[in-house]
Amino acid sequence: MTEQAVLSYDADAQRLTCKGEWDLLHLTQIKKALYQIQWKKTGELTVDGQVIQKMDSAGALLLVKWRALHANEIAIRFENFSQEHDDLLTMVAKERGAEGGIPEAVKPPFLARVGENSVQRLIEFNAYLIFVGHLTYEFLRILRKPFHGRIQPIASAIYSTGYRALPIIGLLSFMIGVVIAYQMGVQLRDYGANIYIVNFLGLSILREFGPLITAIMVAGRTGSAFTAQLGSMKINEEIDALDTMGVTPAELLIIPRIIGLFIVLPLLTIWADFFGTIGGMMMANSMLHVSPDDFILRFPQVIPLKALILGLGKAPVFALIIASIGCFEGMRVKGSSESVGVNTTKSVVLSIFFIIVADAIFSVIFSELDL
Amino acid sequence: MTERTTPIIEISHLKTHLGKHWVHQDVNLTVNSHEIMGIVGGSGSGKTTLLRAMLGLLKPTAGSIRLFGCELLTASAETWLKVQRRWGVLFQQNALFSSLTVLENVAFPLKEHTDLDLDSINELALLKLLMVGLNRDDAVKYPSELSGGMQKRAALARAIVLDPELIFLDEPTAGLDPHLASELDELIIALRRTMGLTIVIITHDLDTLWRVTDRVAFLGQGKVLCVDAMDKLVKQPDPTIHAFFSGARGRVAEANHNCE
Repeated sequence: MTEQAVLSYDADAQRLTCKGEWDLLHLTQIKKALYQIQWKKTGELTVDGQVIQKMDSAGALLLVKWRALHANEIAIRFENFSQEHDDLLTMVAKERGAEGGIPEAVKPPFLARVGENSVQRLIEFNAYLIFVGHLTYEFLRILRKPFHGRIQPIASAIYSTGYRALPIIGLLSFMIGVVIAYQMGVQLRDYGANIYIVNFLGLSILREFGPLITAIMVAGRTGSAFTAQLGSMKINEEIDALDTMGVTPAELLIIPRIIGLFIVLPLLTIWADFFGTIGGMMMANSMLHVSPDDFILRFPQVIPLKALILGLGKAPVFALIIASIGCFEGMRVKGSSESVGVNTTKSVVLSIFFIIVADAIFSVIFSELDL
Repeated sequence: MTERTTPIIEISHLKTHLGKHWVHQDVNLTVNSHEIMGIVGGSGSGKTTLLRAMLGLLKPTAGSIRLFGCELLTASAETWLKVQRRWGVLFQQNALFSSLTVLENVAFPLKEHTDLDLDSINELALLKLLMVGLNRDDAVKYPSELSGGMQKRAALARAIVLDPELIFLDEPTAGLDPHLASELDELIIALRRTMGLTIVIITHDLDTLWRVTDRVAFLGQGKVLCVDAMDKLVKQPDPTIHAFFSGARGRVAEANHNCE
């Protein structure tokens, strides 16, 4: 005779009495008790459920599984279970059906995944080309009636991507200027070449850091916003609604954004150049004792206008990269809101990647042309 | 059995102030054990707010909500956890975790709330999936790979995986085709029978109300206007209730039910 909290087993009568609560909470305990008992291998075993207080599907599953395990050794009979418990046992037994466990998810081999990924990238690139081509066509189409009420969306794009970005871009550029001046200052001071900070700082900010830092910040701030805005409109079927009303999304949503950013990014770059230089100037004053007067006097003598123009010239290219990738990823959102998040991340990563690639290409071209 | 008449949910004098107006002015509602209670009402009558209050997602302004005899509005964190283990919720948008497979979704409450080994967890989760009529092969799919009706079933499986005593269904048949909707109705009835569930359904679906519910609470003007079985509810003289059920759709649903 085995006596436990959840069951008792009378070996002589071959009678297992289930007691107490056969539920999820006590499952581990029941399982242990049930598998501990030494069963006789002959005759008929009766399972009595009369005094069971509570049974849920977890308990029922355990009992059904246990019966299946011993089914070919010994005849097992369930007795005195209440109607509800009996129903539950029957249902659980039915649903267990054919054994088979949980199917494994098939994971393709490494090479296959690499191949699949590459093809995916190519398809995406192809889609991007189609997107750009489509936009160009749309742009030429609306050129015929350029002022057909599309000024307002452009203005609003300029406001949100440009005007609202002024404080953060100004502040960050200022700090970049400070950092660069500090790093260069440490070197220059050793050689007593303090005044050359103006040359180094001016060239590096105007030619490289101004455009690049601005573009990267705008990619994070505006590119992601484009993707998220268009993406949620896509999920909400607003884009489809526009299409059915004979207003193409390109005309109303995408081209104004691209034009807006195209105008704004060079302006933001000048803004960043200005604050970056100011930051460098303050650092030069406090660290290298180059007074602002000297700095401003020397600046136009050693920094050619070319440096500013070359830097500014990159900005429209960066703008096209950011806006087109942002809008492209936004339009590729499909299904659930999860995809908005995925595509937003993708949009920022791709924008920054291609900004830096473009910047590298510019450097190669400028050096070939001796600019 | 005396247990059958014990109230599972007791809401008394519930008042909720949202934004600038009172959503609930004086809601009183009792749901008995093993009962299927429907909650209906026009748009903006506070059905969803009531559900959210019962689930603790929204704090009502005044009143009392007792679930399984525990007062929720002043309950400690431990009491909450105990209550939460005894209920399951099917949200209107299914709320399946998109980053987990269907099986992982269903197994999630088990992993969080029990100390079972992984095999037992998966086995139980799979059992629940089969119970709601999904296939073994669906278990390893992601929710986005399933159709709307199957997602609904998977979400239902997750709601019942801890063998709750009470489940809340928010618009369970919304967005399903009529065939799937009536299958879901039958599934709800079958689950109540086999698992001894108490079920609260918030729905606009008149066919579901006729087919599934034992009693229906009609919300309107910030109160429960009437609680009764459907066939008695539709005969209520109250103008709001009358208008709700006497439209063409209401009469068709009633006629269908009477034919059966």
